[in-house]
Amino acid sequence: MMKVRKSVLAISLLAISMFKAGIVNADVNVYSSRTEALIKPLLDRFSAETGVAVNLLTGKDDALLTRLQMEGPASPADLFITSDVARLYRAKTAGITEAVESDVLNTAIASQWRDADNHWFGLTSRARPIIYAKDRVKSAELDRYEDLADPKWKGRICIRSSSNVYNQSLVSSALIANGEGATLKWLNGLVANFSRPPAGGDTDQLKAVAAGQCDLTLANTYYLARLAASDKAEDRAVAAKLSVFWPNQSDRGAHFNISGIALTKSAKNQADAVKLMEYLVSDAAQRWYAEVNNEYPIVANVEASEQLKSFGSAKADSVSLYKLGELNGNSLRLMDRAGWK
Amino acid sequence: MNHTSTLKLTALLIGVLLGLPILSVIGQSLFAGVESISHLWNTVLSEYISNSLMLMLGVAVGTLLIGVPTAWLTTMCKFPGRDWLNWALLLPLAMPAYVIAYTYTGILDYAGPIQSTLRELTGWGYGDYHFWDVRSLSGAILMLILVLYPYVYLTARAAFFEQSSLSMEVAKSLGYSTPKTWFKVALPLARPAIIAGVTLALMETLADYGTVQYFGVSTFSTGIFRTFYGLGDPASAALLATGLLTFVAALIFVERYSRRGIAYHQSKSTPRVRQLIELRGFHALMATLACALPFLLGFMLPALQLLFWSLFEAELDWPQFINLAWNTFYLAALAALIAVILAFTLAYAQRFEKQRVLKLIGQFAGLGYALPGTIIAIGVLTPLIWFDHQLIKLFNWFGIANIGLLLSGTIVALLIAYAVRFLAVALGTVQAGLNQISPSIDYAAKSLGRSTWTTLRLIHAPIMRSSLFTALLIVFVDVLKELPATLMLRPFDFNTLAIRAYELATDEQLIAAAPPSLLIVVVGLIPVLLINRAITRSAS
Repeated sequence: MMKVRKSVLAISLLAISMFKAGIVNADVNVYSSRTEALIKPLLDRFSAETGVAVNLLTGKDDALLTRLQMEGPASPADLFITSDVARLYRAKTAGITEAVESDVLNTAIASQWRDADNHWFGLTSRARPIIYAKDRVKSAELDRYEDLADPKWKGRICIRSSSNVYNQSLVSSALIANGEGATLKWLNGLVANFSRPPAGGDTDQLKAVAAGQCDLTLANTYYLARLAASDKAEDRAVAAKLSVFWPNQSDRGAHFNISGIALTKSAKNQADAVKLMEYLVSDAAQRWYAEVNNEYPIVANVEASEQLKSFGSAKADSVSLYKLGELNGNSLRLMDRAGWK
Repeated sequence: MNHTSTLKLTALLIGVLLGLPILSVIGQSLFAGVESISHLWNTVLSEYISNSLMLMLGVAVGTLLIGVPTAWLTTMCKFPGRDWLNWALLLPLAMPAYVIAYTYTGILDYAGPIQSTLRELTGWGYGDYHFWDVRSLSGAILMLILVLYPYVYLTARAAFFEQSSLSMEVAKSLGYSTPKTWFKVALPLARPAIIAGVTLALMETLADYGTVQYFGVSTFSTGIFRTFYGLGDPASAALLATGLLTFVAALIFVERYSRRGIAYHQSKSTPRVRQLIELRGFHALMATLACALPFLLGFMLPALQLLFWSLFEAELDWPQFINLAWNTFYLAALAALIAVILAFTLAYAQRFEKQRVLKLIGQFAGLGYALPGTIIAIGVLTPLIWFDHQLIKLFNWFGIANIGLLLSGTIVALLIAYAVRFLAVALGTVQAGLNQISPSIDYAAKSLGRSTWTTLRLIHAPIMRSSLFTALLIVFVDVLKELPATLMLRPFDFNTLAIRAYELATDEQLIAAAPPSLLIVVVGLIPVLLINRAITRSAS
């Protein structure tokens, strides 16, 4: 029996060393739905400064979340990074996140942008205002998201699919403010105003507005900032034709979402993982996000990029972010019913 | 005898292993709640179904209309350009559907260069003129046709190659004209192969996610994702996936049924000196055009656009790309090899152990081809993680803690997913090759006292060379292009070209996505060309 045990052990250890080469427990392992280009450089800097190696696995937020759930306590992941609050909420309810008590995080991030139980923390914030064609729309014609259901916009709105989580979260914010009946009515009107069936990404919508296929769209500001800062003259020409309008300034404020981070329950290397979380809200890291991807820094004392500042500033919807996550399924059902493809 | 019973056991084992992921999807669907289902039923389901059916119908008609005539022309006729069109027609196989969709959108969209120039020249604005919208159902159909017709071309060409010219001669001596010979003899003989090719194209169509999602066409495949993630309802998503599986099973059944009782065996001894029909003048021109057009639209134009973007507008990081290309290449090669070995074992077991259960296993394990990669990935993870957790318990019993997940976070998981997803391709092609060999050869070998193994080595393997190569080729290129399963199952810090291209594309940086997309095509070209040479050589 002893002999069998020993040989099983030997073979298994050999197998482990074969498969697990490169992954040491001392490393911090990150599952991220931020693409490699938008997270790896920061992780590398962190490693250079602290000597802690970081392994990265990128993927779609939901797929990573599913993998985390299935892997359970044995998961190699220490941290989970997503680009939308709905997924952070889902991770928390699935019981795969762990509370973090960190004065650094609590001081850097205003309470609106983090979980009440400290299960997740915003890293950057991302606005989704109305972006319109300067020559065909006057800013005086615009006011609230709700007004986009007005028949005067018939055939003038471009937007991406309801499968996109940015749109789902935006609808959730309306659902919280106005209730189900009013939201469905609004969605019906909005869908009736679409100039074409939803397709493509935010950048595609911006290009369509600039080209005259429609007069306005809802899009995240960093896409517009990217076009404005592009090396290509035609991209800059697209941005030059567009302008940002901040809706709902007289009531709840414009819709903002976050990219954020959570510590996993399975984390083997909590101390270093928290160190990495804290690093990501340091001034240097926040400035990097602001400059490289034109997102709004979550930290108050770091300024937005010049590009973003040129879009003006706005009052942000102060709805509790976790509610957006909570209502995600309901919102999608309403969008289905309204025929938003 | 010993060999065959080991064979049977191995086949059963393979069937169980590859069937598990599919079974776990079906199992999950049992937990679907009434509320979600009635919501789907009342709102989006009819659109998913009608779009998926339209997509399939369009792709079937399109791939047939391109694949069969081009295959016939290049094998039977002589016309200018035939020698290179013969292999050039295969090249779209290396072009992922989502990449060709991005490229054509860049060219044909309202904001793209063609329509912008048109507006500049004419002074028209939006709504003043009618222009086909590439981001539509018809656009998705066209994109899929352009990259999927090679499946039909490949199988049809193989069938036309195999046809002994004797039957054609006989038909001609009976006074049949050339077109009549074609419709009465050549086409019916090639029918099983052609249908097999169309079936492959249709299964790819059903599993496609990237193209339809980008074009905003709601199909079963996009619906599964919306239900899974948007509604946060995995069980209902599994139910949709099971519905898809049932449909595919029915499709496969109809395909098998349509060739019931038909068995074509050709002995290799038939002299196959083919007299090529020489086309001249107008006919030659039309033949060249008919073969050049699919190649130009399905490969040349998008490849040039990608090349242009890569060279003039994107930044290239060569060392990184070489690393990605190598990862992608060895992963695809390994997966292709595994899939073909598994398929060969299953096909062989079916030939010698004529048992229903083996046949069923083959058909069941082949269903994975029509499932979107993410669903397969979840199906693979479920049993694999269960196994890993059992291992952890075992090690705890030995007093060792914290070994972590052993298999599920490694390339092993990826390879299993590829095997599940692409077994159907390998199996279909290998079976087709094996079926060409008359059973009388097996009997002769047996009566001479040769073991199954020797018969395989000395007789079957050499004859089946071209089928085996074809299977390797298709799986290789398929893995190269595969995205969702790779995305979900790969280990830490392991990326492929498809993943790099996808990440840039989802971040809406299509031009930056051009170099990795182009490299997928380039890496895919190598085996397409090599294996094509091997196929044509062994067939002539």
